[in-house]
Order: sequence, then C-alpha cells, then structure tokens
Amino acid sequence: MVDNRHQWKAWAYLAPALILLGIFSFYPLINTFRIAFLEGYNGLAIVGGESFSFGFENFKTVVNYSDFQVCLKNTLLLCVITVPISTTLALLVAVGLNAIKPLQKTLQTIFFLPYVTNSIAIGMVFNVMFTQVGAGNIVQTAGIINNIIGIFGVNAINWVNPGSSWSANMMVVCIYIIWKALPFKILILLGGLQTVNKQYYQAAKIDGTSKARTFLRITVPLLSPMIAYVVITSFIGGFKEYSSIVGIFGESMGPNGQMNTIVGYVYDMLPKSNVGNAAAAALILFGIILIVTALNFYISKKKVHY
Amino acid sequence: MKKNTSIPDTAVDIAEVKKHQLVLKVLLYILIYSFLTFMAIIVLFPFYWMIISSLKTLAEYRLNTPTFWPQQIFIQNFRVAYEVANLGQLFVNTLIVGVVSTILSLIVTVLSAFAFARLEFKGRNLLFGVLMATMMVPGELFTITNYMTVTSWNLTNTYTVLIIPFLVSVFYIFLLRQNFKQIPNELYLAAKVDGTSDLKYLWKVMIPLCIPILITITILKMMGAWNSYIWPRLVANDDAHKLITNGLRGASFTDEANVTNFPAQMAAVVIVSFPLFLVFLFLRKYIMKGVARSGIKG
Repeated sequence: MVDNRHQWKAWAYLAPALILLGIFSFYPLINTFRIAFLEGYNGLAIVGGESFSFGFENFKTVVNYSDFQVCLKNTLLLCVITVPISTTLALLVAVGLNAIKPLQKTLQTIFFLPYVTNSIAIGMVFNVMFTQVGAGNIVQTAGIINNIIGIFGVNAINWVNPGSSWSANMMVVCIYIIWKALPFKILILLGGLQTVNKQYYQAAKIDGTSKARTFLRITVPLLSPMIAYVVITSFIGGFKEYSSIVGIFGESMGPNGQMNTIVGYVYDMLPKSNVGNAAAAALILFGIILIVTALNFYISKKKVHY
Repeated sequence: MKKNTSIPDTAVDIAEVKKHQLVLKVLLYILIYSFLTFMAIIVLFPFYWMIISSLKTLAEYRLNTPTFWPQQIFIQNFRVAYEVANLGQLFVNTLIVGVVSTILSLIVTVLSAFAFARLEFKGRNLLFGVLMATMMVPGELFTITNYMTVTSWNLTNTYTVLIIPFLVSVFYIFLLRQNFKQIPNELYLAAKVDGTSDLKYLWKVMIPLCIPILITITILKMMGAWNSYIWPRLVANDDAHKLITNGLRGASFTDEANVTNFPAQMAAVVIVSFPLFLVFLFLRKYIMKGVARSGIKG
C-alpha cells in the first residue's frame, strides 16, 4: 500500500525536475504547436496586442518559400547519401576489427577518436583542408585535398570558396558527416559482433561456406538489430543536421546560403521574429522524423532477425 | 584424416589444399589490415593537418607545394589565436556555465532518478513514459518557445539563460534510474527498518554505489557546455557571456587585406580541441558507457 505521506515525498523529490521540464519542455511543446497554427504569428505583433486566427497559413508560406525548398532538398539529400555510406563503411570496419587480434585495441581507439570532438572546430579543419588560398584568380595554395587529388591528375576544384558550386559544397559536407558518423556506428556494431555466438561461424566453416556468403547470410542478419538502430539514429541525426555545416561554412551556410538545412532555416527565422514560420518548419521536421522512424521500424520488423 | 595419410597421393592433395587455404587466409588478412589502416589514416588525417597547420608560419602555409611537417615551428600562432579569439574570456565563461550547470543538473537528476527508482507514487510509470517520449522530439520545438520565453523575461546575455532552460536531461534521469534500480531493494528496506531517512540512504548508499555513472553524466554535461553552439549563439552572444564554441566560430582571422591567418585559426581550433582530447585519453570508458545507451552527443 502506498500511503499519502509517501506520495507527497515522491513529488517533492521530483519537483525541481518537473518544474523545469514544465516550463522549458512541456509548455514549449504545446506552445510551439499552437504558434505553428496561428496565421502570420510573429513576436513583434503579439506585443502590440494583435490576435491571430488559426489555420495552415504558416505551413503554406513555408512550403512555398523557395529558401525552404532548398533546405528541404539539402537535408533529404544529406540523409540519403550519408546514411548508407557511413553505415556500410562502419560495418566493414567493425567486421575487420572483429577479425583481427594484433593492433585491435589501438585501431579501435583511433576509430573512436572523432566521437569526442567539437563538430564546429573540426568542421573548421575540414574547411581549411578544402580551401584554396589566394586572392581572386591568383590561387597560391590549392588546399591539401586538391593537392592530393592532383596526384591522380584531377584538376583543382573550388570546394568551399565563394563561387563554389552546390555539388562541390554538398560533397564536402557529406564527407565530413560520414567521417563524423563513423565512431558511434563502429562502436555499436562492434559491440554487437562481439556478442554473436561463435558457433554459427564454426557451423558455416564446417559446411564450407565462403567468407562472403558467411558475411551476408550470418553476420548481417545477426547484426540486423544493431544495424537498424544505427540507421534510425543516423537518419534522425541527419534530418537535424546543422552544426557540421556551420563548422565548414560559418553562419552563412555556404555561398548564398545554398547549403542551408531545415534546422538552419528555423534558426534563420527565429531571431527575425518570424516565429510562426519557424514553428511550422520545426513541425514539418518533426513530421518527417516521425514518418521516417515509423518507416524504418516497419521495414526492420520485416527484415530484422531477433 | 588418419586413414587418408596412409595413401600418399591424397596426402599430397591435402597438403596442397592446406597451402592454398593458408595463402587465401594470408591474403584476406592483408586485405583487412590494409582496409583498416586506410580508414585509420582517413580518420586521423584532419587531426594531423590541424596540428601541423597550427605550427606553420603563414608564409609556409601559403606555399604552392604543401609541407607535411613544418619547416620552422611557429609557436607564436597560439598567442595570436588566444588574443584574436579572446580565448581566455571564453574559457572562463564556459567553465562557469559548465560547472554550475553540472552541479545543478546532478542534484536534480539524482533526486528525480531516486523517486522513479525507489519511491512509489500514483502515475509513476505513466509520468516516466511521458518523460521518455519527450526524448523523441527534436530540440528545435523546445528552442523556439524557450527563445521567446527568455526574451520576454529579458534574460538574454546572462549566465542564467545558458544554465537553466536545458538543465534537466531526461536521458540522464533514465541513465541513473537504470543504475539505481540495480541496487537490491533489500538494502533500502533494511535501512528503513533501521530508521534511516531517505535522503541519508540516498547520500550514503545509492550515490557511492553509482559513482561511475555520475562521472559519466558530469563528463557529458561539461562536454555539452564546451561543445554547445546553437542555444548560446541564439541567446548569449555578447563578449561577457559568449561560450567557447560560439566564440571560436565567430572569431575572424582575416585582416583588412582579406588575408586569412589560417595557422592562427588552426591554433585556436587546437586549443579548443585539447581538453576534449584529454577527456578522450583518460576518461574514454566513462563516455562509452553513455554512448552505448544512446546516440546523444554532449
């Protein structure tokens, strides 16, 4: 039996957390939803005592806004490109690490290194690696990446400087996101591999199954819950991508803002008092994340082996 | 096997097959090690480039053919970086925000995790479920209203606005509750029989048993202050309250002639990355504890 005195005490212990969560999590959740549906809501007008009617006006404005369409396209592309590549690479590295004995710990430590870094700071390093130095047409240093691809006879590319193309920018951002995503995925997948029962492999060996077949028929299915987990988390992370791009390009989000993302759009609108548009964009983001997560769960229910 | 060895021809065949398998195995290992080494180089290269660039003179950095080791080690860059980016002030700001928010966060987290793990009250599971559900929501939904709230309270450009709004993390409550739950309930009941108060029990028994996870939370929270960018950039952008990541990104190393001092910029990046590197070297296992449970960073 739970007596009343106990009840009261439990709530006292919870009070600090609940008060703060109430003001800064629960209320914002409801309020942001409300604002998104208030037509043409902005922070300045509310002070003047204006009232707003409910409707889908904010969503219409946002969706029809060409800047937002660019953001949406960038965000979707970033996810579609980086998630499969980084997951495959991480899987190969994890399987490789699991197969070796000497140097395993050292390599594992190296692969975990990018996890404990500052994404803005390392983004600035990526910027430097791709930046051409020099004013105007007189390029002094092509940048280390251009130097490296130059060895293979590829002409220097304007990756990130003013005037660089959208596809070049996209490639740099994708490379950085993949680089940054590896450690977490390797950690989770390697952890999964180490719990896989060795007997499956012994059985495969006795049957004379080839390595490639063993990988596709045993390793991948047994790892599928972990693979599903890293795919879902990296899709969610990908849709919220913002600081990697700020790291590389700064607040401008690329030449003419051509690399902006949905989150970037939200933070563009917010200080300009376009709160209604910001809220609508954030809700669209939330909707996309929910749909993609549900889709992932649906697919993994069919494909994942538990 | 034994039967086969009596027939010489088959023995040769088997030896042949074994040799063949050995060759394949060696080739496979060469392939695995080459791939892992290649990936390791890719992972390490940005760090290497950051460090050597920070040690070059600007003239050397701007050479047409890049040098892979500085011809002359130019420590001066670090002094320039420190002054241009105002790193001393940024460091103090970040330290204040980090320490205060970590202490407050630990208190709030311990109290609520204790309530969820040990105390019984109506609607406990429902409330916990609701809290867990908020972890699914993208932070932007909170940030929008929180930005309006703190602006209307005139809290922008204060330490309070950096510490309070995102103080409580449901993830930490979850992490600690799982740990508290592993402590056998008998200990709690025995303490009750002895007449020990809940707070004393929490302080004397539960906290000492959960030190590792509390260290994890401390590290993650401190790293959170060090790495946070979006919220500080939005609400506290003045020199007296700017946090380090925001200050680093905002610092301009470009002079009037539009020449960017990349070595000095990289020196600033090295300074900001250094404490994280120390955490990585000495406290890695504590971070991995948190990572294994979720992909949340910082």
